[in-house]
Amino acid sequence: MAPKVPPQPTLEQSTTAAEAGHGHAHEAPPKGIMRWLLTTNHKEIGSMYLIFSLIMFFIGGIFALVVRLELFQPGLQFVNPEFFNQMTTMHGLIMVFAAVMPAFTGLANWMIPLQIGAPDMALPRLNNFSFWLLPVAFGLLLSTLFMPGGGPNFGWTFYAPLSTTYAPPSTTFFILSLHIAGISSILGAINIIATILNMRAPGMRMMDMPLFVWTWLITSFLLIAVMPVLAGVITMMLMDINFGTSFFDASGGGDPVLFQHLFWFFGHPEVYIMILPAFGIVSAIIPAFARKRLFGYASMVYATAAIAVLSFLVWGHHMFVVGMPLAGQLFFMYATMLIAVPTGVKVFNWVATLFRGSISFEPPMLFALAFVVLFTIGGFSGLMLAIAPADFQYHDTYFVVAHFHYVLVPGAIFSIMAAVYFWLPKWTGHYPNVRLSQWHFWLSVISVNLTFFPMHFSGLAGMPRRIPDYALQFADFNLVSSIGAFMFGFSQLLFVAVIVMCVRGGKKAPAAAWGEYADDLEWSVPSPAPLHTFETPPTFQRPAH
Amino acid sequence: MSGGSYYVPATSKWPILGSLALGVMMVGTGMVLVHGRGTVITLVGLVAVIAVMALWFRDVVVESRSGLYDAQMDRSFRWGMGWFIFSEVMFFAAFFGALFYVRTFAVPWLAGEGTKGATALLWPEFVAHWPLLSPPDPSVAGPSQVFSPWHLPLVNTLILVSSSITLTVAHEALKEGKRKICRNWLAGTILLGLTFIVIQGVEYYEAYAHYGITLQAGIYGATFFILTGFHGVHVIVGTLILIVMLFRVMRYHFSPEDHFGFEASCWYWHFVDVVWVGLFLFVYVF
Repeated sequence: MAPKVPPQPTLEQSTTAAEAGHGHAHEAPPKGIMRWLLTTNHKEIGSMYLIFSLIMFFIGGIFALVVRLELFQPGLQFVNPEFFNQMTTMHGLIMVFAAVMPAFTGLANWMIPLQIGAPDMALPRLNNFSFWLLPVAFGLLLSTLFMPGGGPNFGWTFYAPLSTTYAPPSTTFFILSLHIAGISSILGAINIIATILNMRAPGMRMMDMPLFVWTWLITSFLLIAVMPVLAGVITMMLMDINFGTSFFDASGGGDPVLFQHLFWFFGHPEVYIMILPAFGIVSAIIPAFARKRLFGYASMVYATAAIAVLSFLVWGHHMFVVGMPLAGQLFFMYATMLIAVPTGVKVFNWVATLFRGSISFEPPMLFALAFVVLFTIGGFSGLMLAIAPADFQYHDTYFVVAHFHYVLVPGAIFSIMAAVYFWLPKWTGHYPNVRLSQWHFWLSVISVNLTFFPMHFSGLAGMPRRIPDYALQFADFNLVSSIGAFMFGFSQLLFVAVIVMCVRGGKKAPAAAWGEYADDLEWSVPSPAPLHTFETPPTFQRPAH
Repeated sequence: MSGGSYYVPATSKWPILGSLALGVMMVGTGMVLVHGRGTVITLVGLVAVIAVMALWFRDVVVESRSGLYDAQMDRSFRWGMGWFIFSEVMFFAAFFGALFYVRTFAVPWLAGEGTKGATALLWPEFVAHWPLLSPPDPSVAGPSQVFSPWHLPLVNTLILVSSSITLTVAHEALKEGKRKICRNWLAGTILLGLTFIVIQGVEYYEAYAHYGITLQAGIYGATFFILTGFHGVHVIVGTLILIVMLFRVMRYHFSPEDHFGFEASCWYWHFVDVVWVGLFLFVYVF
């Protein structure tokens, strides 16, 4: 509908006319810190997301290294069990909510408008709001470590009644910080959906969208569907703790298991929130360096959607041991195994894309290939865990820790690193340093396996998770894991070095930095991408291939 | 799609101020709950959040009225509001889910039903019933009685359903350019909303004073208050939104074709109405 003249001009109208031009043209952005505080530019906000998540990645990583330090040998050496519990909890919370999720949101901010030919996100101010909620939320969360009684110590899954009746006083602050982070996620997801559905270049149909855009569209849907459920369940915790309700207290007719149902109804789609965008990234990188079109584009889209739908029906597989009716166990077991089908379609398509491709091993490709192999290992151990009777043995052992770290570290995080290497030329105008990137990759891929592969064995042998001490027979596996963890942690300093060097200089990258098979719209704008792109929408040309 | 006129504001101070305000409010709330002091901080935060929202929305209204928005922007707002309401649906779904789970599984299991009823060993005397007047542990005082759905709740249902109808009449009037009629029906809708809030307040008073339905009264009180409480907050917010819309209508904002602010408020109000029907059925009647 056309801009209209209001029926009767009022006094206010005269002031609005003066402001009409304000902000529309590109004034010089404010200088210094104000530029970043006030920005509405998707690229600047994307960069802030990425830098924030990198900082949080190191903070969460330090917590993990405290855990691995304590577990280096049996007995209690460095920290007391109470602090150990806070470290495992904070490591999980920070990595999930402050490192992986904001990293993907940052990539979405940077790349989705570029990939669909939009001038910016649909709601640019809301976008900045979503970002600035994060430092507030996680500043508050980290501050709980310094509060009387210490920070959250009940694991990142914060099961009641550990997180209600027996929780430290700081839990209320933990809940409030998670509320802020949740608001950020929901608003960010709404923005991404509106952008994808409404801002595509003329001529770009849904089935023309790059897979990163598709996977993020579906991820946003998951976020909007489950983050409010998380908000609901932590609100119930808040009420139980502060107002004497009995949601999770059987004496009043409630049920601690209710907490687990609600939490995992959020929690299982949440793990797909952390992996679907990774699928999109890998689906962009593998064709670029195999020099072939992606095999099975449409089936990739349908598989992603199928995984998202199934993710709402499988939460009970986290709860096989709490006392679930047999019918429930069978339903959740089979529904979970069903997810292997669309996931298998994806892995098949990546391998089929590689088949008879003209493959080269640039840094993004190295990480993408490692993703395919190592994520699949994590997927298979997930399949083992899905078998209810077997899960009775695996539950709460290091086998579970090995499983979800395989899908999250060489899965989600490797895909983020692959994306950074892939799009750094677009962001900075320079190629990342190849030699240093290779060192980063090989150190990471070796140390990540050194860290997490032995956990399969210690878990199958019965080592429980979240315990600061262990029996002697697990000593060797834990020693190897700890060495691997420290190697992995320090290798990430190379990642920072590569990024800093790439920002400051390096081999100049052309617009189409990775050749003719990386031909989505972002490669049609100059490298580095100017602050404002696609102010006049491009006409989308369907690739001829 | 668009002809290249999509409005991208250059900068804005509301996002950063809004997140700081929310942070102050949350820190204050936490201090009140944990340490019993910090009311001033909470109030400062709350006022700041409201101020930022008002000023931010004001900017949007001003931009919209000076013709900066095109049809594509209108669609962005529509998608945004639609998905926001979907997130609200899921928020209430968590509480409804808790209610259904407790009634279908948790309470019967506590009384020994089901094959996995280990919890039945905790309070062998417990007999499952709903509304749960006698919680399993005798130390938890349950409600003495519950509300009959056919008194105040039914009145409130009629009020809220009527308010959806009156709001639709107002919206249709606006679409036909009959501003006075729109204003009157909108004002009527707001009155119905306010009446609902007052009646709900009376019911809460009754709950605490005469029915023994409290937050501490076991799972019945907990689910009752979390569902009706969050719904009540949404009615209050919805009424405030409609009051803003009333002022905008009276100041000759909106045209028959272009009034998404008004329409979004209608969407929100209908959503609140639908949630109430669910509440009426599953909290009061069944």
